[in-house]
Amino acid sequence: MKKLTKLVEAALFSASAPITISDLERLDRDASLKDIEDSLLELREHYGNFDHGIELVEVAEGYQILTLREFADAILDAQLVTRPRKLSAAAMETLAIIAYRQPVERSEIEEIRGVVAEGVIRSLQDRGLIAPAGRGEGLGRPILYGTTQAFLELLGLKDISELPRLDELSVALSASPETLER
Amino acid sequence: MTEPRFDDSEDAFVVELEDFSGPLDLLLHLVRLQEVEITDIPIAKIASQFLKAIERLGLNQAADYLEMAALLLRIKIQMLLPRPIGDDTWEDPRAELVRRLLEYEQIKEIARRFVEQAEYRSAQFVRGWLPPEPEPSPRPIVVDVEDLLRTVEEVVASIPQPIMHRVLVRPLDVEGARERIEELIKHRSSLTFKAIVGENPSVPDVLSAFLALLEMARLGVVRLAQRKIFNTFTIENEEADKAG
Repeated sequence: MKKLTKLVEAALFSASAPITISDLERLDRDASLKDIEDSLLELREHYGNFDHGIELVEVAEGYQILTLREFADAILDAQLVTRPRKLSAAAMETLAIIAYRQPVERSEIEEIRGVVAEGVIRSLQDRGLIAPAGRGEGLGRPILYGTTQAFLELLGLKDISELPRLDELSVALSASPETLER
Repeated sequence: MTEPRFDDSEDAFVVELEDFSGPLDLLLHLVRLQEVEITDIPIAKIASQFLKAIERLGLNQAADYLEMAALLLRIKIQMLLPRPIGDDTWEDPRAELVRRLLEYEQIKEIARRFVEQAEYRSAQFVRGWLPPEPEPSPRPIVVDVEDLLRTVEEVVASIPQPIMHRVLVRPLDVEGARERIEELIKHRSSLTFKAIVGENPSVPDVLSAFLALLEMARLGVVRLAQRKIFNTFTIENEEADKAG
């Protein structure tokens, strides 16, 4: 491995959250963007030779070293780690609305789900999955919410464009107003 | 004697006591059980099922569910209203509800995918995740009374000088302080706070004098002035001022 690759590996190893390429560039002032990308490639190939229990994953607009999927059960069974608490159905629905409609205000979320959203929004915010993303134009300039890097991490997405496209979904907003009128 | 059993298709629906995440969720569940086109909801039937379901699930106290029940009943009534033949402007009262149901169904579908994706992702662990410290299982303690007493003595002996505060109730005498201040300031244009409370005043004396001064300042009998923050302040006689 090149020295820069080792440096990149060490940096990724030291962090618990994904690191962006621009952050990695700061590791070595002589390294160009191309050098960093080459290092990431080299590292990925290095791990990819199946000689390792970990792999390099591109996630949440950055890079992260993760354990291999096949060892999850053994590690869990040995109680070396515990899985994070799962989100409730209400929380996932709220997250879904925010992900697709962001930036979105609370009243819009409540309208779609038909229930008050204050508690769910607070707990999503506490878990760092959403964050205020500005203020709306409406009465009282309501807080608008958007998803965070932690949200991308939660779903293992590279970036927000990797969300399922609405037209890929089995349920679509197929009923246009015309079909409803007789 | 056996009770006669009615197979009332109107009531032949099953609602599991599952956790519905809201009234739309429950409504969608009921509509989907009917296996009808979502654009052609049998609203009267669904409305009565919805009411029964929220009663059965103990949700008939929840505002969100009641609001939906009210909406369903309103649509039901609107559907019953006669409409003029050949009126093209008639809008299906169910249209808005159908739009919301479809929108909600889509959100549910996305949420379901999110759950799957999160599940898939959670099979890979990051470094730097710290498991919560396991509680060390307490070892059984074996002591006899002598050990216990000796330990108590050791603990008591190891306590540094015990500091005891005695709290005395000393009522403030604001009225008395005020009379004293009035007496003092009668023949002077100003005096300091120190002159009022004297040397080594007690805490209640200081507080009494201070409260009396604030009251007098409020009434405009005296004027309080302080040159700098934390400096002592002077009490000026408003009356003398006016006279002079």
